[in-house]
Amino acid sequence: MQQKPTNHKAWFLVLPVVISVAFSAIIPLMTVINYSVQDIFGPYQRVWVGNEWFQETLRDEELHGAFLRNLLFSFEVLLIEIPLGILIALALPAKGWRASLSLVLIALPLLIPWNVVGTIWQIFGRADIGLAGYVINKLGFAYNYTNKAFDAWMTVLIMDVWHWTPLVALLCYAGLRAIPEAYYQAARIDAAKPWAVFRYIQLPKLRGVLLIAILLRFMDSFMIYTEPFVVTGGGPGNTTTFLSIFLSKLAVGQFDLGPAAAFSLIYFLIIQVLCYIFYTVIQRIGQGDQP
Amino acid sequence: MAEIRLDNIAHSYVTKPKSAQDYALKPMQLTWQDGGAYALLGPSGCGKTTLLNIISGLIKPSQGRLLFNGLDLTEASPEHRNIAQVFQFPVIYDTMSVFDNLAFPLRNRGVKATEVRKRVEEVAELLELSKDLNLRARGLSADVKQKISLGRGLVRSDVAAILFDEPLTVIDPHLKWLLRSKLKQIHQQYKLTLIYVTHDQIEALTFADQVVVMFEGEVVQTGTPQELFETPAHTFVGYFIGSPGMNLLPCELHQDGLYLGGQELALADEVFEKLRRQVGGGGWLELGIRPEFLNYSPQPVMNALRAHTEHIEDLGNFKMLHCHLENKPNLRLKVKVSEDRPANLGAAWLSFPKSWTKFYLDKQRIALEGL
Amino acid sequence: MEFVLEEIGKSLAHEVHLYPLTLKLGSGLHVLLGPTLAGKTSLMRIMAGLDKPSSGRITLDAKDLSKVRVQDRKVAFVYQQFINYPSLNVFENIASPLRVEGRLKARELREKVEAAAEMMQIQHLLKRMPAELSGGQQQRTAIARALVKDADLLLLDEPLVNLDYKLREELRSDMRDIFSHREAIVVYATTEPQEALMLGGTTTILDKGRLLQHGPTLEVYHQPSYQRVGEVFSDPPMNMLAAELKGGRFHLASGHDFMPSRTMTQLAEGDYTLGLRAHHVSLKPITGGVKLRARLELAEISGSQTFLHLHLDPNISLVAQLDGVHSYDFGQDLDIYLNPDKLFAFDQTSDQTSDQNSKLVASPAYRTHGLKEA
Repeated sequence: MQQKPTNHKAWFLVLPVVISVAFSAIIPLMTVINYSVQDIFGPYQRVWVGNEWFQETLRDEELHGAFLRNLLFSFEVLLIEIPLGILIALALPAKGWRASLSLVLIALPLLIPWNVVGTIWQIFGRADIGLAGYVINKLGFAYNYTNKAFDAWMTVLIMDVWHWTPLVALLCYAGLRAIPEAYYQAARIDAAKPWAVFRYIQLPKLRGVLLIAILLRFMDSFMIYTEPFVVTGGGPGNTTTFLSIFLSKLAVGQFDLGPAAAFSLIYFLIIQVLCYIFYTVIQRIGQGDQP
Repeated sequence: MAEIRLDNIAHSYVTKPKSAQDYALKPMQLTWQDGGAYALLGPSGCGKTTLLNIISGLIKPSQGRLLFNGLDLTEASPEHRNIAQVFQFPVIYDTMSVFDNLAFPLRNRGVKATEVRKRVEEVAELLELSKDLNLRARGLSADVKQKISLGRGLVRSDVAAILFDEPLTVIDPHLKWLLRSKLKQIHQQYKLTLIYVTHDQIEALTFADQVVVMFEGEVVQTGTPQELFETPAHTFVGYFIGSPGMNLLPCELHQDGLYLGGQELALADEVFEKLRRQVGGGGWLELGIRPEFLNYSPQPVMNALRAHTEHIEDLGNFKMLHCHLENKPNLRLKVKVSEDRPANLGAAWLSFPKSWTKFYLDKQRIALEGL
Repeated sequence: MEFVLEEIGKSLAHEVHLYPLTLKLGSGLHVLLGPTLAGKTSLMRIMAGLDKPSSGRITLDAKDLSKVRVQDRKVAFVYQQFINYPSLNVFENIASPLRVEGRLKARELREKVEAAAEMMQIQHLLKRMPAELSGGQQQRTAIARALVKDADLLLLDEPLVNLDYKLREELRSDMRDIFSHREAIVVYATTEPQEALMLGGTTTILDKGRLLQHGPTLEVYHQPSYQRVGEVFSDPPMNMLAAELKGGRFHLASGHDFMPSRTMTQLAEGDYTLGLRAHHVSLKPITGGVKLRARLELAEISGSQTFLHLHLDPNISLVAQLDGVHSYDFGQDLDIYLNPDKLFAFDQTSDQTSDQNSKLVASPAYRTHGLKEA
């Protein structure tokens, strides 16, 4: 509606951002692109290879495996964390000191640095000295995440659930508190059962919050690195090697900078595309909300 | 259908109320007839919403009993009270269609599908929602949403009373009167007890047969709109109803007469005697008269008080005179004069017609009827 | 002081918000009256310098303002919402424009703030925070902040619309007393005819981005240039009846006919729209009144007045305004009387390119009883 007066001096105010974005994003990105199309042997020895690295990376079976593993992992994470988060949010007290206390307790895992989370679980799950690993073994299940693929997968999954469900729960809690009291009152007058209250009031009103939670958890779990790296290092075998771990093995482990750069760009692109899809979905549903 | 009786109901949000201030609602005795249209009118914080929530069962009163047709329902939960409620902001079930919204209270009560369809279609017809039945409720405008909330009450054959909590707050001004007349029509047709809470005098007076005016947790008057306007029982009613409100002036009762700003106001002997009996000899009272009922003259008139016009507001179809009594700039009055009558600044004579002049002691009206 | 808008227009993306209009305002109070979306806020934003007009020129005392930045103009703006600094107390809120200027000594500043607070009757609240105030007190604070600035141009955009009616009543009469005695040019936008009449001064009628009429408030009220002005400047809107003047009598669509009043005798035969304010539709017989029978659809009671919404065949709606509070059952038939001496006549010209349709051709006589009007 309102027309702002034009003022070219404003560009100077944007300059610091332009510079910092250039150094933090644009220049590194250009470097990566540079690496992805050349084979570099030394500072002055480089060969133009075109899209060869890209082709090689895309054909890599290990990468396909990592990609599918990532998808499966994100899917499982969402399947567990979203319903669990909603349940926890519903179970939390609405007000008073109990509410504050439980919120603080719930939020604790979120305050722990990623690699510390990994370390905690690495020790916690060890069959010899870890509390969880020891107890599970005593219960008669031969549990060992270092040499059993299923155990390793479950450990990483449970660790993620432990770490990130609180975020979903907090988001849902905020969403639930934003529902006006009148809705609950109307539901009581309409003799709605608790399930109907959830299905027709709480769930629809949580939709916006849930979309954000799903987006955040999907992106985060799709880029997961630190925790599985600390706990399993991607093993046993490749069973917990996710795309990011695969990438670091390639770049840092084998120092294959060309393929690693090519793969970074592909990875980057995948995330961009998925982001875009989620964004449009949220936008579309958001518009449907307009009265 | 039900008669609703509030038997000594009071409520405090404090667990152990000590003084009268702790009560959001002071003890009250009220009976609402079956099929009446009632309004609870008062400024924000007067306790009207608390009272409404007690009736709907969302709040348990600290004391007293709530009787529906003589049946004590004080402890009953909202779904067992046969009441419906329309809230300030439209409460609809977003994901359902209009039809499902209207059917919801019936389905929850296990009504048969054919009966549900019949009732919903009937109510939709009445509320002019028939063509919207298959639409999703979410995208509809506020007035349609409010009709749906009302409809969820009307579909239930067991509903005895519908409560409204400022239901027109979010409605476009030009649609308000359409909804008001719809409500009136529904009231005539269904003969339900309707209770309407609002701070807006237009809504209360237009809607209700009987208006309950609340002030600081107390019912200060219950009456028809006309009674509230013509015979306010409490100075607050005089002030709150009408715009501008009633002129209220302190006056002193002496042995020999009633004095207003040093001038004697001629009273009939029996009125004077009655006032003296009420006040116990002499003392201070408040005189109340509406701007509409004062008689103004720019020339001297018998039995009129001398005043001074400071300012004349010409409001097109009438004039509002801002006056004060002679030599008493603090004793101010507003006088409404019709457009064709002359009015001047300066000296003025104001006469107080007997039937429109009210007296108040401790804010309560002194009844002078039957004289 | 003279504030002149010359051919000021505003369009955005092919949408016209304001058609070019010319307006001269002197010191004193000026009301902009119009329904929502009439362009009042657009016009005020242009006056303040917050928006640039698409065309035209603004001058203050013959000085072109288009190159003067908003910060350098002496303008104050009060909005519908109660806008105060939440972290500053009332005193600091009122003092904030003076602190920005930074020219005053502490003692002078205190005096000015206290004077403005006293004018708005909030001197006892100076230490409170905005959150601790009622809506009325918050808006009083915002107005005091506008007053303290000694602005040449004081703009108020529906300042009372978000208040309860009792507060609105009190504040409205205070506003008139304060603003009518100031040197500044005060522009007050409202949708309510009553507010315009209470404030006095001049009134400018805006509708759908067009200026329809400008003049002393009572003159506009009693002589609405167009049918639309009559509708906008009456609450409830002026009743409109289509009528044909034939054989020296007006014929209504309902079949009734009557003699034109003295002011209408010079009208030529033809079709007219007759306007009648709700106040002049009566339930009591009036001498020379036109008797009609109408069905009551709703009686609205405002507290001091009763509005009867009436229906006549074929498809005529009328509103009657009665003094006092009366109860009527709706659906009943009532005899109503129109006062022919109070009728306005508008012609039925229709020019699609403008809204200036249906010009006033005859209006009832009126007196203002020699009251001084700005």
